[in-house]
Amino acid sequence: MSAFWSAWVTIITLAVIFGCTWLLLQTRKSEPYKEETEKTVGHEFDGIAEYDNPLPKWWFQMFMATIVFGLVYLALYPGLGNWKGLLGWTSTNQWEEEMAHADEVYKPVFAKYAVLSVEDLQKPENVAGLKMGQRMFANNCSVCHGTAATGAHGFPNLTDNDWLYGGAPATIKQTLLHGRQGAMPAWGAVLGEEGVRDVASYVQTLSGQESDPESTARGKTQFQALCTACHGVDGKGMQALGAPNLTDTTWLYGGTFEQITHTIRSGRNGVMPAQKNLLSEDKIQLIAAYVYSLSNK
Amino acid sequence: MIKHETIEKNIGLMVLLIIIVISGGGLAEIVPLFFQASTTKPIEGLRTYTAVELEGRDIYIREGCHVCHTQMIRPFRAETERYGHFSTADEHVWEHPFLWGSKRTGPDLARVGGRYSDDWHRAHLYNPRDVVPESKMPSFPWLFEDKLTGEDTAAKMSVLRQLGVPYTDDQIASAQEDAAGKYEIEALISYLQALGKTHSVYNNKR
Repeated sequence: MSAFWSAWVTIITLAVIFGCTWLLLQTRKSEPYKEETEKTVGHEFDGIAEYDNPLPKWWFQMFMATIVFGLVYLALYPGLGNWKGLLGWTSTNQWEEEMAHADEVYKPVFAKYAVLSVEDLQKPENVAGLKMGQRMFANNCSVCHGTAATGAHGFPNLTDNDWLYGGAPATIKQTLLHGRQGAMPAWGAVLGEEGVRDVASYVQTLSGQESDPESTARGKTQFQALCTACHGVDGKGMQALGAPNLTDTTWLYGGTFEQITHTIRSGRNGVMPAQKNLLSEDKIQLIAAYVYSLSNK
Repeated sequence: MIKHETIEKNIGLMVLLIIIVISGGGLAEIVPLFFQASTTKPIEGLRTYTAVELEGRDIYIREGCHVCHTQMIRPFRAETERYGHFSTADEHVWEHPFLWGSKRTGPDLARVGGRYSDDWHRAHLYNPRDVVPESKMPSFPWLFEDKLTGEDTAAKMSVLRQLGVPYTDDQIASAQEDAAGKYEIEALISYLQALGKTHSVYNNKR
């Protein structure tokens, strides 16, 4: 703050405080307060007059106390322009101290687990680390994946050992750190509505659902031309691309005929947001260990 | 010395004295803020909202999101732990009006951008209970039906430019085209995803 504005703030603040003090002292009546005083302020309406009592003593004293409090406060804390205050307090300082204190307390706790592998964290003696992972999962991940990590429509279930991108510890960490971007293109324009329904019929049969045989036969040809690059010739998917296995009964976006046609027609682009700028590696380690534990009991 | 009676019987004098007394706080606490670099200079690398984000911001205001959600992370560790680096004045220099809010019924949104996927926001705004069973946030299904016309977008940007937001002529010229035809939900989500992402000065890692 420039010298001008510092002086501006200081002068106005002190002028207001001392102005109030002056006003209070000037208007104070020295006579003690009496329940029955005879003196009135000198005007009367409909026979009602107003007694001219002094300010009650407790009120006056409280007023003086707030003035003293204000002056002490301004001496201790930064309030008067560039005056830093005798305590040297700032909100940023306070925050930094809190952060440093937390680091001191929690860093060693995390450090203990940071040196262990995700597999080692599954051992009974490290159950406290997994518990920490569970709580951090509840705080950061459950909004999409659910408090029990069982997922929701469009958000994968993490407890079933069926993985889009793979369930190895390193892969889970990779997913957490860098996120994932699903890339199922929209085929509606390429296939046309009939083509979409044919392919959906064929996809249904991959997981053993009943479907119209003629439509399925047409769909199979289309599937082999367009879908096998990601989902594989056998429809078992490809974890490197996050292409799901279509032959099991786990469906991220639903396995009914209508839901499958919608997926084919409009595509799916599910996103797992990258956590590397949000959570420290130590925390990601424990969350990864917790997620790993869910399907590796 | 002025007698109490003199002041009480001269309304002009009383008005003058009241103005002097009540302006003390504002003069000392508010006026200097208009002349400090920390409150008038944007944070390094700050970008403006795009046309679509700006429309999303107006939907955020229209639906009253700021009534339950703040955009003001306070300088406490617990807040940093949950939301990231505390908010600073220079991040909000181009906000007209600012949307700091005053009460949290839902979480703070100052740095919500990038935390959840667009799909999640769609599901959550359509019916919050589909993804967060214990949520008491209202549903906003009409955002999925109504489209932006973009006819006022350029005018909004011009007004913001007069208030000091550095929109370029190009941005204003293409504003209508950029916003027209977008669903309201798309605009709102682009705004939410931009929150906290309009500069990259702070480390928000916890």
